[in-house]
Amino acid sequence: MKVSFHRTVLAAFTAVTLSAAGSAFAQVDLAKSTITATSKQMNVPVEGKFNKFTAQVAFDPAKPAEGNAQFSVDVGSYDLGDESYNSEVRGKDWFDAKTYPNATFASSAIAPAGGNQFKVTGKLTIKGKAQTVVVPVTVTQQGATQSFDGALPIKRLQFDIGLGEWKDTSTVADEVVIKFHIVAAHK
Amino acid sequence: MATRPSLAGPDSYSRTAIAFHWLIALLIVCGFALGWVMTDIPGFTPTKLRYFSWHKWIGVTVFGLAVLRILWRATHAAPPLPRDMSAWQRVAAQLVHVLLYALMIAIPASGYLYSSASNIPVVYLGLVRLPMLISPDPHLKAVLKVVHVTLNYGLLALVVLHVAAAIKHQWVDRDGLLSRMIPFIK
Repeated sequence: MKVSFHRTVLAAFTAVTLSAAGSAFAQVDLAKSTITATSKQMNVPVEGKFNKFTAQVAFDPAKPAEGNAQFSVDVGSYDLGDESYNSEVRGKDWFDAKTYPNATFASSAIAPAGGNQFKVTGKLTIKGKAQTVVVPVTVTQQGATQSFDGALPIKRLQFDIGLGEWKDTSTVADEVVIKFHIVAAHK
Repeated sequence: MATRPSLAGPDSYSRTAIAFHWLIALLIVCGFALGWVMTDIPGFTPTKLRYFSWHKWIGVTVFGLAVLRILWRATHAAPPLPRDMSAWQRVAAQLVHVLLYALMIAIPASGYLYSSASNIPVVYLGLVRLPMLISPDPHLKAVLKVVHVTLNYGLLALVVLHVAAAIKHQWVDRDGLLSRMIPFIK
């Protein structure tokens, strides 16, 4: 209780400070937002969820170019539903979560792609390796909330994810799909 | 002492029944061995993942063959048991056979549901994605794991009994029972 009260106060304080500073970031509802990464093991899709991440999103569909999105994902929170697998994936061959605790995404440009679709260009950094990616995003406005959905296929080996014997992609495919569902307060 | 009830010996099973028996037996041995080995591999390795996939493919195959085999058995009478088998032996043989059929269905089914509960779909031969029959559930996953493993130990015990009984019939009773399933053994 104390913690959640403290968090609420902190969140309110942060929101006030941000708006006082003129920032346009919307409040992201982390409890309703999800980020997952699905790999394919011998064609079997295996989905894991990042339980901890932070997100800052500022987006007005009328002015997409002025939008901005920043994500920081705690790679150590990747949950495959089995602790022995989770601890393995936090290790050096995979995320190396000790050395590279966070994967980040920072948008640099947002362009409309027809209807409620947008293309978000940005820098994706995982395990210290950065790549410029273009993320297709669908924006849905619903009452007081705005949701952002999309899927980004990446090549894990470009980020050194899965070293040693895992470099062989016949068991775990190179392509991994990052899926996200971000819910933010509508401004 | 013990002589064969007749020169001809007991009638044999049909070729189809014999093929089902030995094919499924071979697959069960491979599936069981893989299951044993793969769960002993610590952590997370490509070999372990490969074994898991193979294990599941074998399980799906056994399930499919067992369904066909049970249909075959239901529509084709088994050859008669040796005449001098006692009543309790007949009951015991019948019971073990029924339980073996039940486990050929229940073990792959429990493993399949365990995989679904773990949020891992089965992709047969790496080609055909089979449906998730239940939604991911960590509690059910733990229960199904115990069920799958326990049923396998049950199967191991029954197979030992089944093989021991066959050996006893062949080399102790010398009643030619084994030739029902191995036609070239006399």
